[in-house]
Amino acid sequence: MSARVSTNAPEPAQAMISAKRRIDWLPLLLAPLLMLIAYPLIGSSSTWITLTVAGLAMGMIIFIIASGLTLIFGLMDVFTFANGIFIALGAFVAVSVLGALPQWTGADSLGLNLAALGVAVLAAMLAAGLAGLVFERLLIRRVYGQHLKQILITMGGMVVGEELIKMVWGTQQMELPLPATLSGSLVWGDVAIEKYRLLALLVGLSVFVCVIVVLNRTKVGLLIRAGVQDREMVESLGYRIQRLFIGVFAVGSALAGLGGVMWGLYQQNVTPQMGAQVNVLIFMVIIMGGLGSTSGSFLGAILIGLVANYTGFLMPKVALFSNILLMVAILLWRPQGLYSISSR
Amino acid sequence: MISILSGDLPRSRILGTMLIAIVLGLALAPFLFPGAKALNVAAKILIFIVLVASYDLLLGYTGIVSFAHTMFFGIGAYGVAIACVSLGSNWSSILIGTGAAVVLSALLSLLIGMFSLRVRAIFFSMITLAVAFSFQTLASQLSDLTGGEDGLNFSVPDVLSPSYQLFEQPVFDVSVDGKIITYYLVFFITIILFLCMLRIVNSSFGRVLQAIRENAFRAEAIGYNTVIFRTAASVLSAIFATLAGVLLALWLRYNSADTSLSIEIMINILLIVVIGGMGTLYGAICGATMFILAQSYLEDLMAHSASATQNIPLLSTLLSPDRWLLWLGVLFILSVYFLPTGVVGKLRSIKR
Amino acid sequence: MNEPLLQLDGVHTHIGAYHILHGVDLKVPRGQLTMLLGRNGAGKSTTLRTIMGLWRASRGHIIFDDHDIAAKPTADLVRSGIAYVPENMGIFGDLTVRENMLLAARQARSVDEIDAKRLEWIFGLFPAMKKFWQHPAGKLSGGQKQMLAVSRAMIEPRKLILIDEPSKGLAPAIIANMIAAFRELKQTDTTILLVEQNFNFARQLGDTVAVMDNGRIVHSGLMAALAEDQDLQTRLLGLSLAAHQ
Repeated sequence: MSARVSTNAPEPAQAMISAKRRIDWLPLLLAPLLMLIAYPLIGSSSTWITLTVAGLAMGMIIFIIASGLTLIFGLMDVFTFANGIFIALGAFVAVSVLGALPQWTGADSLGLNLAALGVAVLAAMLAAGLAGLVFERLLIRRVYGQHLKQILITMGGMVVGEELIKMVWGTQQMELPLPATLSGSLVWGDVAIEKYRLLALLVGLSVFVCVIVVLNRTKVGLLIRAGVQDREMVESLGYRIQRLFIGVFAVGSALAGLGGVMWGLYQQNVTPQMGAQVNVLIFMVIIMGGLGSTSGSFLGAILIGLVANYTGFLMPKVALFSNILLMVAILLWRPQGLYSISSR
Repeated sequence: MISILSGDLPRSRILGTMLIAIVLGLALAPFLFPGAKALNVAAKILIFIVLVASYDLLLGYTGIVSFAHTMFFGIGAYGVAIACVSLGSNWSSILIGTGAAVVLSALLSLLIGMFSLRVRAIFFSMITLAVAFSFQTLASQLSDLTGGEDGLNFSVPDVLSPSYQLFEQPVFDVSVDGKIITYYLVFFITIILFLCMLRIVNSSFGRVLQAIRENAFRAEAIGYNTVIFRTAASVLSAIFATLAGVLLALWLRYNSADTSLSIEIMINILLIVVIGGMGTLYGAICGATMFILAQSYLEDLMAHSASATQNIPLLSTLLSPDRWLLWLGVLFILSVYFLPTGVVGKLRSIKR
Repeated sequence: MNEPLLQLDGVHTHIGAYHILHGVDLKVPRGQLTMLLGRNGAGKSTTLRTIMGLWRASRGHIIFDDHDIAAKPTADLVRSGIAYVPENMGIFGDLTVRENMLLAARQARSVDEIDAKRLEWIFGLFPAMKKFWQHPAGKLSGGQKQMLAVSRAMIEPRKLILIDEPSKGLAPAIIANMIAAFRELKQTDTTILLVEQNFNFARQLGDTVAVMDNGRIVHSGLMAALAEDQDLQTRLLGLSLAAHQ
């Protein structure tokens, strides 16, 4: 046998690895494509702009909620249907908090209005995060690894949670009006854009940027990304994955709470069932995006938001079905979702 | 007896006794429990037995978690309703409506079943949830066809309508009118359908399903033949659910999106099948009976307790009959933990 | 003499209904490289996983550095100084080589905090790691992935390294790289327990050897002794050294 000890990797040039990560461009084109297709169908530029902004704003709100859930599904391999509770809880807490600050919300000052919203959001996220911790401790922890039981138990948990919310806040729909300076629209010529939707866009983008930064630039984020691919190996490298799970679940629930507040403000009302209703959309987003992929859910959320608004205008009767068709179409193209994680 | 039950005996004295009691009670309901409400409850139990058993076929025996089951229930109910409204209230329109509904359900379940194979199990469950929601919305929106939110009222053939009298004189103090005839129609069809399902799950087809259920949850690799079996199970389950919907429509002489398609019904089915016992079919009988009796009469009980404790604020709120779902949810969660095989499984495990 | 760093006493492991390890008694001497040999299905990988806590031993004791670790959680074992390189390497394909290494460096919160001298040492042994530092690990060749897996175990000092079939499917040139690396590792007073099927590879590195069959240790002793005894080799491993040339 030859005694040659090579000190260089003996790779022929062709087998060379592509430098860096090649970004998968194809799915990114879907959103602009959709916007372009819709334009001639809608006809007027001003309507198109309004609908597009509305769609993007809605998509952002959906993404906020979905971002936590996609990590819970991807990292923890937990199938939870209980997110609806944290959404509704966040929204109702916001109702109570804003209701207690009429001087701030009624004032004609953007600063005070935003401050009121800030307090409401903080309270909502705290409440939802805590609820998430309790939920994980009581219900989820015992059924790790058993998917069927997770589905059943979290559905049960959602039923119980919804009833508890009804007990505290009543069964009726409650109003969640926008603070003074945030209601109404900005008008440029023919185009009217609701101020709140711009805020939603901002918040959604910030959440996206935050999540991406944490995932890509911090060690915790690294752990999460690794855990989504191979939980056992992360444990074998010396990290208590259980603690990570709890943290992710709490953060995911808090994000759901934030999303609930935003959604409630978007609709200007809240009901105990709102969580369940939004849940369906969230699931569609996560499925389209690929479990565990944040950019995937971002993209999926935008697509769903756009489709919902475009079809809501063009063909109202089939609006909800159009989302399903979109999801089916994407799954037929990529059964694992837009951006699947290479893993187990 | 054994061959009628396809060899699937209750295997527990207590369970067997319960089942006999339930069947007798239902058989003699119009005479044992006179009054419109009691009869309604009994009919509802019968219909849910078929509906939940069909779901058990899917969930308990094949291991598929679908939330779109109410869709097939609704299709069956609407099939009869629409047929009677547009074609007149006679037996042929009922048969046509039923036939059309069954065909539609079979096709839809075939599509859904085949689609489920391209995606992961969790995706499939979520998709069925989305489909169920949309179908409910669609039904409300196609108001020309379905009567929208108000639903469809229709008449049934004379023999089944309340004004029809079979006998001049009351039998055991109960006048045998069309309602009672309808009740017995529902009763006998329920028995036949249930025995059919029992036959199916105890055949070689059924055993393959159970084997697939074990594999599907352990390894996600699905072999080719599994495809055919799972799809067949989905289609069968959908058809039985559709027939349950037909029974519902015949009984109520009314149908709307809320009556047959609501997510509450789906949750109820899930609760019953888990509490009763997945993969047992008898669980559907016990579970449906307990659940619907509780739902119908417990609320009165709770109203009493609530007013009795009205000075204790939290307790009163907790016991208020509106919070019935809360307790059901808790009960459900507890059964998933402690009674993984449901009431039936628990009874069977009590060895003598 | 040294007490063994790692000792297994009567360890049984059940996986579901299957009884895989039937009372394993193993001693891993300090500062040496112990080879764990045996044919497919003998239970070698299961033994490593049981030591690492990935599968719970149903009976028996696992004593590491005077503590019984049989019930300890996996993550704690790493903190106690054990590293594990699994058979499938456990490379995070979507992450870069750099990120893989950062994960393995538990004490480091960012790449700057990784011990530079150790990193240089690793780069010296495995230049490919430096070359593909920013590349996604999933795109590396099989041999390079194996190098990465071993590098991860070396990035911080460990008392004991468990390695499962590092030479599987590797070209001879790369195997030579590996052997050089393990030899240097031994010099840092690290104890190594290495599972192998390639006897030639094993012979060059092992100080002590244990042979497994049907979930039990059927032979243990010095590698040198086994290497000279062709009859024993054939009996235990169904081959002779000549067959491996």
